Amino acid sequence: MSETYEILTIKSNEQAEGRFTRPSVAARTRQDRAARRAFFIITLLPVALIIIVAVALLIRAWPILSAYQLSDLLFSEVWKPGEGKFGFWPFILGTVWVTVVGVVLSVPACLLVSIYLAEYAHAATRTIAKPVLDLLAAIPPVVYGVWGLLAIVPFVDDVLAPLSDRWLGSISIFAVNQPTGFGILAGGIVLAVMIAPLIISVVYEVFSTVPNDLRHASLAVGATQWQTIRNIVLPQVMPGIIAAVVLGASRALGETIAVLMVVGNVPQIPTSIFDSAYPLPALIANNYGEMMSIPLYDAALLGAALVLLVVILIFNILSTMVLQRMLRRKWA
Amino acid sequence: MDAHIQVNNLNVYYGRQQALKDVNIEIPKKQITVIMGPSGCGKTTLLKTFNRFLELTDGAQITGEVLVDGENIYDREVDVTEVRKAVGLLAQRPSPLPMSIFDNIVYGMHIHRMKRDRREYKAAVKHYLEIAGLWDEVQKRLHDPATSLSIGQQQRLCLARGLAVEPEIILGDEPTSALDPISSQNIESRLLDLKQNYTTVIVTHTLRQARRLADYVIYMYLGEVIEAGPAKEVFTNPKHERTKQYLEGLF
Ligand SMILES: Nc1ncnc2c1ncn2[C@@H]1O[C@H](COP(=O)(O)OP(=O)(O)O)[C@@H](O)[C@H]1O
Ligand SMILES: [Mg+2]
Repeated sequence: MSETYEILTIKSNEQAEGRFTRPSVAARTRQDRAARRAFFIITLLPVALIIIVAVALLIRAWPILSAYQLSDLLFSEVWKPGEGKFGFWPFILGTVWVTVVGVVLSVPACLLVSIYLAEYAHAATRTIAKPVLDLLAAIPPVVYGVWGLLAIVPFVDDVLAPLSDRWLGSISIFAVNQPTGFGILAGGIVLAVMIAPLIISVVYEVFSTVPNDLRHASLAVGATQWQTIRNIVLPQVMPGIIAAVVLGASRALGETIAVLMVVGNVPQIPTSIFDSAYPLPALIANNYGEMMSIPLYDAALLGAALVLLVVILIFNILSTMVLQRMLRRKWA
Repeated sequence: MDAHIQVNNLNVYYGRQQALKDVNIEIPKKQITVIMGPSGCGKTTLLKTFNRFLELTDGAQITGEVLVDGENIYDREVDVTEVRKAVGLLAQRPSPLPMSIFDNIVYGMHIHRMKRDRREYKAAVKHYLEIAGLWDEVQKRLHDPATSLSIGQQQRLCLARGLAVEPEIILGDEPTSALDPISSQNIESRLLDLKQNYTTVIVTHTLRQARRLADYVIYMYLGEVIEAGPAKEVFTNPKHERTKQYLEGLF
């Protein structure tokens, strides 16, 4: 292919007096090709970077991966580095709990907001609401962490925990076993707010891929706007909504500082949303660089980082693939 | 004249731009009315005021009245979905819903709970596909996606879908402009067949189609209705200089 291309170019050089050829053209073509190649390489850089990071993590985690079975590392419950016990399970569960609670709290509200913005709001409302949401995404995580510490943790402790204890205490996932306010629910609430702008803007985009002709076809036979959304628009955007949620989840999985500040950081198997937990990112951030004299400790933490990276990459790739297919359809 | 739609002092603005200027017309019952005029003169806008589609456009403002059977469809108490059920629309581009052929026809009937059981829906689907002249072509593939039909078939499907909610009025905004000549002719003959039972209002920018279809003609120019009257009179003896020029193809 590239050879053919070369031959053609040379040929056109030879016929320099042809109708479309000027002496400068060859140089310009060459420049153009060089520029294209440069941009291509720059585009590849992030991919290369991810691969480099993954490989580096793998190499550094190798000592622990070769000393223990992967399933032992992932599923054993005891984390006592001093005794050579490296079980990731409490941290994996902590990550999953906080993420699931964050997503569950966030998604319903996000859907309502994006449906409102995409389907009901006037253009004027939209032009105000969109930048405000983008602003929400620009608040640094540590600020969310402080907010969680000052507002959410006391709120959970003083209001939600007593309420739950009174009405839902018999259901184990709502039981209040450690009444401090620090825990999964506080982390989940903070995460819910943090991932909302991302989910809303992606879902909004997905809604705008549905051609207006379809909405009009439904309205024209006398369907209400809600009937039109439910029967026509929602089925079209469902894959995109799921992808947006997965994208939000992958953001929540990796969120470190804000969660770390409110989640309690106790390496245990949580059973209730009021329990403390210790998600993977918090484990790595809190401990890396300390007590490095313990054998395999460094490798264990980097192994945890590798697990996190792989899960987030899978989530991201899947949702990006779905979303790109949908967004392309808009122009098709 | 037995007017089905009556338009009084109608003005429409898009932002600051005025798209319709003091329109006063009557649309006769159970005839084909053709709205014609050069592109951009407000034909689509006028048509959209008849099924309250104008309010789907951000920034569109409307003053005046549109009476259907003597009732102003812009009154506060009017249920817009009832208006749209009574006033069907055939769009410029066919827009099959992303579901099967069968479900496309059922969609509106189901929304309005018009039939009791599946047997009744089946019978209705057959009935309206026959009216739209599509039954023979699709009876073996009712559960295929509607998008698998040709463009011409899709437009007939949209006609059937509109008719299925039992409207009294059919609007068509250049309903054949996206179709090939044979499909266009097919739609035209459907509309001619249907005119005993429905009041039909068609926008067209081709004079020939207007001549073929029209019982009654409205000629518009720059947002104003220049001339309106029975087709015979307007085509043979236009009162207005502009109409005459348009009919002679001078612009
Ligand atoms: N959504 C809109 N926003 C602003 N102006 C519009 C809009 N739709 C139509 N117009 C303007 O209103 C006028 C009439 O348009 P339209 O009714 O579509 O004309 P026609 O159907 O006769 O071609 C045109 O000048 C057009 O530019
Ligand atoms: Mg038009």
